Amino acid sequence: MSDARTPPKDPTRHSTYVPKEKKSTKAFHPTPMLDQLESGPWPSFVTGLKRLAHDNNMMVDLLGQLEHSYKTRLGYWKGGTVSVFGYGGGIIPRFSEVAAMFPESKEFHTLRVQPPAGNHYTTKLLRQLSNSWNKWGSGLIAFHGQTGNIMFIGSTSENTQHFFDEINEYGFDLGGAGPCVRTAMSCVGAARCEQSCTNEHRIHRTLVNNFIDDMHRPALPYKFKFKVSGCPNDCMNSIQRADFAVIGTWRDDMQVDQQGVKEYVKGHGRKYTIDNVIARCPTKALSLNDDDTLDVDNKSCVRCMHCINVMTKALKPGKDHGITLLIGGKRTLKIGDTMGTVIVPFMKMETDEDYEKLRELAATVIDFWAENGLEHERCGEMIERIGLANFLEGIGVEVDPNMIAHPRTSSYVRMDDWDQEAQKWIDRKNQQAA
Amino acid sequence: MAQAQTVEKKQMRTPIESGCPDGMQYMHPLMVKNFGNWKYHDRPRPGVLHHVAYSGDEIWTVRVGTQRQLGPYEINLLCDIVDQYGEGHVRFTIRSNLEVMVSKWEKVGPLIQAFNDAGYPVGGTGNSVTMISHTQGWLHCDIPGTDASGVVKSLMDELYEEFVKEEMPNRVHITTSCCQINCGGQGDIAINVQHTKPPKINHDLVANVCERPSVVARCPVAAIRPAIVNGKPSLEVDEKKCICCGACYPPCPPMQINDPEHSKLAIWVGGKNSNARSKPMFQKLVAAGLPNNPPRWPEVAAVVKKILYTYKKDARDWERVGDWVERIGWPRFFELTGLPFTKFHIDNWRGARNSLNASAHIRF
Repeated sequence: MSDARTPPKDPTRHSTYVPKEKKSTKAFHPTPMLDQLESGPWPSFVTGLKRLAHDNNMMVDLLGQLEHSYKTRLGYWKGGTVSVFGYGGGIIPRFSEVAAMFPESKEFHTLRVQPPAGNHYTTKLLRQLSNSWNKWGSGLIAFHGQTGNIMFIGSTSENTQHFFDEINEYGFDLGGAGPCVRTAMSCVGAARCEQSCTNEHRIHRTLVNNFIDDMHRPALPYKFKFKVSGCPNDCMNSIQRADFAVIGTWRDDMQVDQQGVKEYVKGHGRKYTIDNVIARCPTKALSLNDDDTLDVDNKSCVRCMHCINVMTKALKPGKDHGITLLIGGKRTLKIGDTMGTVIVPFMKMETDEDYEKLRELAATVIDFWAENGLEHERCGEMIERIGLANFLEGIGVEVDPNMIAHPRTSSYVRMDDWDQEAQKWIDRKNQQAA
Repeated sequence: MAQAQTVEKKQMRTPIESGCPDGMQYMHPLMVKNFGNWKYHDRPRPGVLHHVAYSGDEIWTVRVGTQRQLGPYEINLLCDIVDQYGEGHVRFTIRSNLEVMVSKWEKVGPLIQAFNDAGYPVGGTGNSVTMISHTQGWLHCDIPGTDASGVVKSLMDELYEEFVKEEMPNRVHITTSCCQINCGGQGDIAINVQHTKPPKINHDLVANVCERPSVVARCPVAAIRPAIVNGKPSLEVDEKKCICCGACYPPCPPMQINDPEHSKLAIWVGGKNSNARSKPMFQKLVAAGLPNNPPRWPEVAAVVKKILYTYKKDARDWERVGDWVERIGWPRFFELTGLPFTKFHIDNWRGARNSLNASAHIRF
């Protein structure tokens, strides 16, 4: 079998294809630096831009400006205010600072559009989106941006409205930009993954579609992101990248097919199994029996997924599925990186009431943050500033030792009402027992 | 005039606030049928996933590397292949790979061949180096220190072999970010812009363009204060305090942080989002001061490859880059990669104390 590096059999049906006919009327700018990115085996975005520049003048000047950036090592886009009728966000306005040199791409806005949950498409839908964008914009689409949007890159201010009107008619809506609820993400999950512990699609749409007003009309302290991963492998990077991370998990014993374990040991050897499965368990919850079956200390298992990832045919999450919620993940600005913190160790996600409970909790969190967050302060930064205990009180969630890595090490704290707080815990335990 | 405006407003279409579309309507029928009922998976070859449902149904997924920015030619080319050799249903991964689902193993070979014939690589599964997470850079961002697509293209050209094969100890996620905000996210290896000089202020523009109190508030080290410069209200930066993070630049473009010479590239390693084995980990600084050298950034590629191939040679199966360094220790990491260790590697931000070695645990 040949691979993608062999010369094309049919050069007109290949990532390196450049049309002979030039429909754009403006002459190409010389692009000696970008031209160097057309060689090499990976499909070249530069060749893609050139194909579009054969078609429209906007891309001729866009290539010119990009080459100018490569030469001078500076960016030349400035923001502004552009939106569609009825919305306050969802478009990233870009006006060129070097429009005198490259006038055709002086307005080059991006529309952020929410993809279907799980990023599923039919070829028919992809062609439809592409046709709409080719009609109103540059033709260039990024699948997808880092927040999860389909990025329709390169539109004049006027055409943003026309394009939106067209795709909005067949079921597509803008995502978020600015201080608002942002486009959410969910993994492929239950659609095609045996490790999925929940219905990621339904959670994704329940959450984000409930806050559609907070997405289209930015009025929050800063951005707020939902991400949903069906298991602790967290393919959506939600703990680190989402203000509100939903992770599928289970609370009963993991499923073990002992015959499958034996076959794995037979195929890979006992030493390999011990070194790569048993010894890599972070809480030493695994033990290989003398007959090559597996012992699992499920009470000590932290649902890290490692052994399940290795022995895909023998091990699976348990059957009593639910979710863990973590709140407050974000990158550096301004207090340094934060991972999300466990706020709900486990909740079931089966009935409509369960989904309603999740929706209500998300609304409570956003309301509390909207009221107490400072301008440009992410939810996790607010929690850091006011302390987790105050945040929990604010959203009406009881403390739980699953929320911490370890109890406090500093004695500098006032504990006036220790007895009442201890009694709360005892009462809760008694209630659970009853 | 007022009347004309009313007329125009009436003609404006009210948006349908439909939000996130239901993915089920576009999903492969076998995925709809077996939703939540999958039994196990394996990988029959690099670039292909095979999932088996409790119903006995099987589905194969072919993963294709793309340039992320697609025009009508690429979209139609890829869709033509999917329509002819696949079954009309696709999805995209978080790292811009196209996934094509088919119901028969016999369809996998011709599908791969068709993508390869069109110049598209198949891979990015399991213990490979998958597509680099991609930001906007000079193509579209308003604050980029460098390009994104060009860096990704250059590196993927060099790492092509590692995309189409599964020969790494575990999966490798490389990320790129064009400024210190780090939209590319945490990575096993992360390539991020690092500014080294305070912003250059155009005092003629500040008063008109910037909301000065919010710019002052944005600074993480309180180095910005209001000032009158040349008789105009502006801002000034205490350059001794300034950490050159660039946080003031987005709300105040006249405070230019990007510099062709002094905006450098830094490399970070060991970021991990998964909970597998260890808890999720942040990436750590290992190299800095690399020149921002388009169109192919050879100095960056050299460091990335040095780290990647040291990891490939030295790490054990299932160790991500971060797991590997935790086993061998940082002194050995710097020794094996030949990268210099400096005072800048020692953190001094909030919580930095937690990153110091407060023990007698030393590897000799």
